[in-house]
Amino acid sequence: MAVLKVEGLSKRFGSVQAVDNIYFEVKDGQVLSLLGPSGCGKTTTLRCLAGFEMPDKGKIFLDNRDISYLTPEQRGIGMVFQNYALWPHMTVYKNLFFGLQIRKFEKGEIEEKIKRALSIVRLSGYEDRYPRQLSGGQQQRIAMARALVIEPDIMLLDEPLSNLDAQLREEMRFEFIELQRKLGITAIYVTHDQAEAMVISDKIIILNQGRVVQIGTPREIYSLPQNRFVAGFIAVTSFIEGVVNDIEKGDMIVIKTEDNILIHGIRSGLQIGDKVSVAIRINTVRFINGDTEKKESKNIFEGNIVQASYLGDIIDYRIRLGKWTIRTDSNAQITYQVADRVHIYLPPEELIITPEEA
Amino acid sequence: MSKEEKSKSNKFILRKTIEIILFIIFLFLLFAPIFSTLIWSVAIRWYWPNTFPQEIGFDYWLQALGIIKNLTLGAVNVLPAFWLSLGIAIVVVIISMLISIPAGYALSKLKIPHMIKGIILILFLLPRAFPQQPVFLNLMLLFNKVGLNGTVTGVVLVHIVVGLVYAVWITTSTFNSIPPELEEAARSIGASRLKAFSRITLPLAAPGLVASAVFVFLQSMFEFTGTFFVGLPFVTTLPMTLYSASGSNIQFASVIAILLLIPSIIFMILIQKFLKAEYIGGVSG
Repeated sequence: MAVLKVEGLSKRFGSVQAVDNIYFEVKDGQVLSLLGPSGCGKTTTLRCLAGFEMPDKGKIFLDNRDISYLTPEQRGIGMVFQNYALWPHMTVYKNLFFGLQIRKFEKGEIEEKIKRALSIVRLSGYEDRYPRQLSGGQQQRIAMARALVIEPDIMLLDEPLSNLDAQLREEMRFEFIELQRKLGITAIYVTHDQAEAMVISDKIIILNQGRVVQIGTPREIYSLPQNRFVAGFIAVTSFIEGVVNDIEKGDMIVIKTEDNILIHGIRSGLQIGDKVSVAIRINTVRFINGDTEKKESKNIFEGNIVQASYLGDIIDYRIRLGKWTIRTDSNAQITYQVADRVHIYLPPEELIITPEEA
Repeated sequence: MSKEEKSKSNKFILRKTIEIILFIIFLFLLFAPIFSTLIWSVAIRWYWPNTFPQEIGFDYWLQALGIIKNLTLGAVNVLPAFWLSLGIAIVVVIISMLISIPAGYALSKLKIPHMIKGIILILFLLPRAFPQQPVFLNLMLLFNKVGLNGTVTGVVLVHIVVGLVYAVWITTSTFNSIPPELEEAARSIGASRLKAFSRITLPLAAPGLVASAVFVFLQSMFEFTGTFFVGLPFVTTLPMTLYSASGSNIQFASVIAILLLIPSIIFMILIQKFLKAEYIGGVSG
């Protein structure tokens, strides 16, 4: 049973089509991420779901109720904002009390619910603090608690972790997942951080310029990107562009670049002459010693190290191959210097081939 | 203490002393005019070259407050004028806030094209943008036609128009300083627009709105030019009695000046207290 259904949602601001004919569904208990670069329409979509913007076209259904043009307070949603939006003139208790009071719960029940919400976000005892007395992470958790305490049908989160430092952000990601699993909340999560989307989502929608580019599970988005944009958006990816030169059996194709490098990859449905992009994930490159060279015959290349960045547990290399630069992570045991000549192997089955869009 | 520490602490003491001296000079410059007025208000006889009055007494005060009647002093009972000024100021504040709070909220929060917002704000600025005498002269002629000249209503209207110049700008800027997410959060949680405004926005806007009200009040108490043109001959506010007295009777004028200052000083003290308490719950970034 689908909880949220969005059909043909469109919204324009002046001359900009911010949201262009978007369709998607979210099932009960699922986390759906709206992911994309700045200006892709993810925040506008979320605001339409929340009721802060009215769509120009399309419909939004929550549990088969048409909420497309309802005011925010009529929708039964809980929202978490990027900068938390805690009310500074109220204590933590009052912040949580506000929504429950509107729903006319009994005083005893309200106290119960607030206590429970605070313990879920592990901030019991903070009732009398003011938001300015809390750290960023604590404020974020109270913002979550405030949205949860009213037990909404669906939760909308607008880049809730963007304002936190990197380490805290990662911690909070896992806390969110735990919370979501424990309570079985349905959530729509807007983020520009693809790693975050990968970690927390059941389904990801990639948006670009107001349009849906791809919808899929994190695994599908990563391994089966529909086009170059999606391939390049997830994880760290290097690209080599070329043309299909030859097709061998078993969907093995040979791609030729303009500087005459031949790469083998696996992709069905292509013809000789098709322009393609070869996406090379950062963990695809293998450095070669003598043994590997003898085993494989395809996709062995010679290149130069143009940059080596030491990151402690790994070294991030940029390798120049003809006119192309490929990025790779390798463990810190393998140390090359800039200008070193290296041999690398790109396993054909790990390369992601996407055809050029028409 | 080491030699370095000692020289550092000496520098600190020197700097602090200079700061204190400068602060005292600043206070003196600030209060000197009032100080002089204070002395004049209790001077019965004061001729040059004496530094201080030869004879002091509260006669002018008593005369101004209508307690005694001494025709030789040339002072009259200004209490009626005082109450009139106060009454007008209060009415002006109430009406101005009733207009400027919704106006400021609308200009700040509602989705109006920027150009229109700019035009409206400039319109509210215009009464002060021109030389005051020609503006009020014109107004006097207009009011004459509709019979508002020389009436309290006319004066109240003038004070409101001038007051709105400040009030609308201050309230707009106050509401601008409150992040829209705060109201949105309230609405997402189930509050109607009105509830979100009254429980979230209004309390946070209070310091700015109070400042706006104080401004309008003081502006109305001190308003002279417009009141002069529109109020004469029947409406006499305190600034006008001050004007009449200042040419001939310095002691009397000084008494009136201090009477005018009293509401302002009281307001300042009240606002200090109020603002301090409110800012503890200030808006976060």
